[in-house]
Amino acid sequence: MTRRSFGDMTQRERWTADQVLALAPDAASRKAGSRLGAAGPWSATGTDGEAVWGLCRGSGSRPYRTVVALRGPSAEAGPACTCSCPSRKFPCKHALGLLLLWTEGPAAVGQGEPPNFAQVWLEGRSRRAARSALPEAAGAGRGADPDSSRRKQARRAGRMAAGAVELEQRLTDLLRGGIAGADRAGYAPWDETAARMVDAQAPGLAARVRELGSVAGSGGGWPERLLEECALLHLLDRGLLLTDGLPAPLAATVRTRAGVTTEAADVLADPGARVRDRWLVTARQDCTEGTLTTRRIWLQGERSGRAAVLLSYGAAGRTPPQAFPPGPALDAEVAYYPGGQPLRAVLGEQFGTSPGGPPSGSGPAAALQAYAAALRGDPWLDAWPVVLSGVVPVPGAAGAPGDTGWQVADPAAGAGDAPALPVDPRAPATGLWRLASVSGGRPVTVFGLCGHRGFLPLTAWTPGSAEGVAL
Amino acid sequence: MRDASTMHHDRRVQEEPELTRHDPTAAATTVPGPADRDVLSGTCPPAVPDTAWEDLVSAALLGTERRPIPAAGDRDPAAALLDAAAVRTLERRAGLLPAVARPLPSPAPADPRDPLPPAARHRLATLLADRAAGGRRGTAPVLAELLPQWLTAANRHGYRAPDDLLPGLLDAARARSDLRDGVLTFAGPRGRWLAGLNPDWKFALRAAATGAAGAAVPSDPAGVHRLWEEGLFAERTALLTALRQRDPAGGLDLLRSSWPAERAEDRLMFLDALRTGLGPADEAFLEEVLGDRSRNVRTLASELLALLPGSALSERMARRAAACVVPQRTPGGVVVVVEAPHECDAGMQRDGITVRPPSGRGERSWWLSRLLESAPLGLWGERFGGLTPEEIVALPVADGRQEELHAAWGRAAVARGDVDWSRALLGSPLAADAGATAGERTAMLAVLPADERAEWVAGHVSAYGPGDAFQFLGACAVPWSEPLGRAVVDALDIARDAGGYPWSLSGVMGLAERCLDPELSGRLEALTVAAEEPAGPAPGTEGYWSEAFQRLAGTLRLRAALHRELDDPGAEG
Repeated sequence: MTRRSFGDMTQRERWTADQVLALAPDAASRKAGSRLGAAGPWSATGTDGEAVWGLCRGSGSRPYRTVVALRGPSAEAGPACTCSCPSRKFPCKHALGLLLLWTEGPAAVGQGEPPNFAQVWLEGRSRRAARSALPEAAGAGRGADPDSSRRKQARRAGRMAAGAVELEQRLTDLLRGGIAGADRAGYAPWDETAARMVDAQAPGLAARVRELGSVAGSGGGWPERLLEECALLHLLDRGLLLTDGLPAPLAATVRTRAGVTTEAADVLADPGARVRDRWLVTARQDCTEGTLTTRRIWLQGERSGRAAVLLSYGAAGRTPPQAFPPGPALDAEVAYYPGGQPLRAVLGEQFGTSPGGPPSGSGPAAALQAYAAALRGDPWLDAWPVVLSGVVPVPGAAGAPGDTGWQVADPAAGAGDAPALPVDPRAPATGLWRLASVSGGRPVTVFGLCGHRGFLPLTAWTPGSAEGVAL
Repeated sequence: MRDASTMHHDRRVQEEPELTRHDPTAAATTVPGPADRDVLSGTCPPAVPDTAWEDLVSAALLGTERRPIPAAGDRDPAAALLDAAAVRTLERRAGLLPAVARPLPSPAPADPRDPLPPAARHRLATLLADRAAGGRRGTAPVLAELLPQWLTAANRHGYRAPDDLLPGLLDAARARSDLRDGVLTFAGPRGRWLAGLNPDWKFALRAAATGAAGAAVPSDPAGVHRLWEEGLFAERTALLTALRQRDPAGGLDLLRSSWPAERAEDRLMFLDALRTGLGPADEAFLEEVLGDRSRNVRTLASELLALLPGSALSERMARRAAACVVPQRTPGGVVVVVEAPHECDAGMQRDGITVRPPSGRGERSWWLSRLLESAPLGLWGERFGGLTPEEIVALPVADGRQEELHAAWGRAAVARGDVDWSRALLGSPLAADAGATAGERTAMLAVLPADERAEWVAGHVSAYGPGDAFQFLGACAVPWSEPLGRAVVDALDIARDAGGYPWSLSGVMGLAERCLDPELSGRLEALTVAAEEPAGPAPGTEGYWSEAFQRLAGTLRLRAALHRELDDPGAEG
């Protein structure tokens, strides 16, 4: 497959500072990088359109040598960089600072030829890229033994089914005796069951079991939440034991939820999974669990109206590779992973970027209906991506009695009782106040996740503005 | 049992209080059935036991052994409970209906100011992000320290704050009160609107009421009177000050209308507001206030009368002061003889001079200094036969009372903003022993015109090094004038050569980062290079100095960029 990269764009233009800061692996790096984004410590900087380089004075006697290659070897890979500093973060603060300086224009980082230290690294890189491209092409032809892989799959399905049976036993035992003491039992019994599920090669079940441990200790109303989660886990167990009798998409959802992964290459290879559209980036979301950073890029198709999410992972202080070029909208194909309610996707062929704008949306009732409809295809969904248009955020009143959480309300829908969605209590206060400020008490378009815990706003657009504000 | 149902009930109130739910049976008809028969078919009877969610929860809490659910049939009651709970859970989730909106906030007032240029907008975001960080900075500029001047520059241009950065700005101003005026002006009407929604930002409303962001005077006299009668103390003070600016007589009438009924603390603050627009028309009222019940109010009235040129009180003070300071001809020339008053008579007391001195001062010396501060400075030219202030200050003073005399004259000069006397009393920046304290000299410096002030401080820094100049430098206009900046940089360079540590001068270094003219950054480049061999008496200081100068140069370049982004947005491309 020929794939065009977004290199054309990067070659002509310098990025914006926001695009650079999106590369930072964490908030501390963003801060440190911003501080280095001034000419002060830098010398011998330059760019040739493909790479940026420079020397940065640190606390040591020798300046750090920093080089950033603006284009990855493929469209998926983001910029690559090297630096002589000892930091294990990637990119390091020097690379971020250098890129920030470069965004300021030719006055800050001028055109030039790469100096020796940059040349050596850049050449080594292109050699490695050429080498690694070869076996991939060879590997595609070789093909794995189809019989052995089928045997492997059957073995795993058997183990998972055994795990599901064991888990069912555990759940029914629990309910037979009652969950009344579960909040005092701690995590240990759950962790043990979770470990059994890992042995059964069902990491999805393991994660849900571990989650039960935290639900039991989650304060007022936990018995109801625990019963809900047990019931949904039971539903997943039953599904897993019956996958052969389920429609194929639902069976795929069950397998994915239980922890069976699908290769991105297989997804891309399925022509039925691919959807070409003009995709608007509705949100970029990074979340860190333990040492793993998950980056979600939410998309909304202009023609299809469909939502999609691209996932990428970065380990231990590294930025997840940017699976999407910077810019508000992209004409491209995305391929959906199989499932009853497809959402996760992988980026396929790209045809060019274009300016974005507020996506089209609906009101609170339609958002809840969309969630309800999505549950039909995937009953384990906690929330569904929706765009609300013409809504006004209503701040919560801390300390007042009664219902005091934040809301997003739709004043146009009714003169008297305007419908509203309560905001998910987990939404961070800083983002909510930013939403209130951007709205100024007037209707805005908001993208977010609508689910049984409420609405989690992620991006807001004021009428007529091309760029959304991340919340 | 009772516990279980209570908990259960509480939860319904607390957890998802606002989403109402479909009646389960209605949900089945209006919302596409979420509890997919595809998944459940074969695993449970066609009709799921029609048990209410509440009953399922109590069964789950107690266990199906003790409380079996109805209609489980011959199936395992626990599995039947899980089946039913799965269906109910999905019905509950799929059947959610919108809540009823609480009253919406009123829309924010419009703000017609121009939006920030993109580069400046991004700069502000970086400055705000850096606010919370701390610790040793090495060569990198301390961004948060630049926020005040960024705000001043942006406000000078009249830009409006980006809406999405308002929460960050208000949080910054909440933590640092020196940012408040700048932030509130910049945040404008939308900022005040937003602050009204969040109790954390109450300070913004308070500040607006006290006039930081411009107090509003009602347009009609009845409105003015109503506000004066019914307003909060801060609102009334702001009203009086605003009124005095435009109509001093009207302000005075307003104050007189309620004067006898005001409390002593309030009288003091309102009287202080008369400094604005002080004029001869206020004299009669102030003379009356000299008889006020409160001593503090009397003293303040006396101070204001003394500042009023040609007032009867200043004439009386002039007569008393003239008797105390006498030029005496001697063979060696004129000598100033100072004779402190022997008593604080009834007239002096009536004029606001307190009999008892503050602790630590002799009473005669105290009366003398109060007389000298209250007398008009023009008196002394006549008294000394037409001499200029310089000539008078240069005269020898008998009995070692020069310091006391000059300090009192200095306070009089500062209170009246008298440039000639301040200049004369400050003397040469090179004079080793000035007699006056650094604080007194800083106050007199502030009276001088900006370029003269800078020139004086430059002279002082060149003569005595940067260490003693911290207070004086703080009184200079930003950015520092070229000669002053040059003098500071040279002095820092000399301090480096002398082998001290840069952090012994961190106060001056910090000031230099914020106040040096960015144009000087070129001059600093040479200093940022560490010497090859650390040859100084304190090994290793070279590296620290080089680092300090790098940070200085970096900060200046950043400041240049920061101002360019606001002054000339086109240049940033």
